[in-house]
Amino acid sequence: MAEKGVKVFGMWASPMAIRLEWALRLKSVVYEYVDEDLGNKSDALLRYNPVTKKVPVLVHDGKPVVESAIIVEYIDEAWKDGYPIMPADPYERAQARFWANFADEKDLNGFVQCNAAVYPVFTATGEAQGKVVHEAQQCLKTLEKALEGKKFFGGDAVGYLDLVVGWYAYWLPIIEEVSGASVVTDEELPLMKAWFDRFLAVDVVKETLPPRDKLLALNTARREQLLTA
Amino acid sequence: MDHGGEYAPDEKVELLGTWSSPYVFKVIWALTMKGVEYEYVEEDLRNKSGALLSLNPLHKKVPVLVYRGKPVAESDVIVEFIDEAWKDRGGGGRILPEDPYERAMARSWVIFARDVLSPPIWKWFTAPGEEEQEGAREAAVAQLLVLEEELGRKEFFAGDCVGLVDLSLGALAYVIPIYEEITGTRIVTEERLPCLSAWMGRFLSSPPAKDHLPPLEKLKLSFLGERTL
Repeated sequence: MAEKGVKVFGMWASPMAIRLEWALRLKSVVYEYVDEDLGNKSDALLRYNPVTKKVPVLVHDGKPVVESAIIVEYIDEAWKDGYPIMPADPYERAQARFWANFADEKDLNGFVQCNAAVYPVFTATGEAQGKVVHEAQQCLKTLEKALEGKKFFGGDAVGYLDLVVGWYAYWLPIIEEVSGASVVTDEELPLMKAWFDRFLAVDVVKETLPPRDKLLALNTARREQLLTA
Repeated sequence: MDHGGEYAPDEKVELLGTWSSPYVFKVIWALTMKGVEYEYVEEDLRNKSGALLSLNPLHKKVPVLVYRGKPVAESDVIVEFIDEAWKDRGGGGRILPEDPYERAMARSWVIFARDVLSPPIWKWFTAPGEEEQEGAREAAVAQLLVLEEELGRKEFFAGDCVGLVDLSLGALAYVIPIYEEITGTRIVTEERLPCLSAWMGRFLSSPPAKDHLPPLEKLKLSFLGERTL
């Protein structure tokens, strides 16, 4: 019997998995969310993603898609008559993809892109923290350029780049609280800060965010674990 | 490589590149598939032009495609842009498949080539000692076997015609033989990787790569230089 429907294999605290939920909800697609215990992965997850065994995985009518950024584009194309996630114009699409890569990827030659600059803020302490925060801010300032003159990265409404970068709006303040670092401030990143507030007010985002206290507790514990390892 | 000629003022396409870059050739192949005329500008990466620095200020890298005065950077982004901007052009057909699921699969293979396959190949080529070289070689072959299975009996990864995955892997068709010559070890043999072996020869002797390859002797010399550094 052919499997029908949409499943998301994710983890409640995963910023990559939540992108899929935002995209699916923008398209008004009904889906089943499977919350994985990453220390004890389900047979289903291992069957659908044998290569990397990672979340998130989208399964659409029995067919798996992996890599969150690829999945978001897939959602946009598979439900093409719904909310437009990618811009229509090829040049605008190229810009959205370029900035998404800048935010997400590590350049092969070691050129640090945004995620790679932000993660170290989580565990940096003492003197090293200042340098790490500065690097993260430089990356975010570059990214901020794509926001200039707009409400969202996608323009008047949320788009692909908002979904890719959106996790910063919720996770970064938590990282800041846990580590005591101050990264996204009104002085250093005014556009980014304002966008955080607008993004968090979007319905599909509000509906899906994990409980803050739970996320804060998880990250506090994780940081302690990493620092005493 | 100057394809200068008569252009309609708003149709001018320029490609900034270097003769030795496989990323530049990926873009050249894409433009060729679409029958797009372009002006090629050779950059000296040790002495980057003002144009390059202003067109790609973030990474300052080639390739950069300039269309109607606007730059597109990052080879994977450029290839998708070419496919979309010249959607109905070229007997070469679509570079990415039409079906959303097939598109997602193609994009996943591009990530595989970049993140999973390329590192061990580079490690094998640059390994300082025989033991490391052998270890890296086996790691690379393991990933090449995955590709072998994906290719199977098809002419190209995309089927009967060259597509996105072929373009992304294409440089390996001329780089691997050079690496093999320089290291004195084999990585793609007909015995272990018959389909991939045949694909390499087929890719190099078919459009679009057929008349668009870097000068291989010159490339070998530059690789020799890289290896002894």
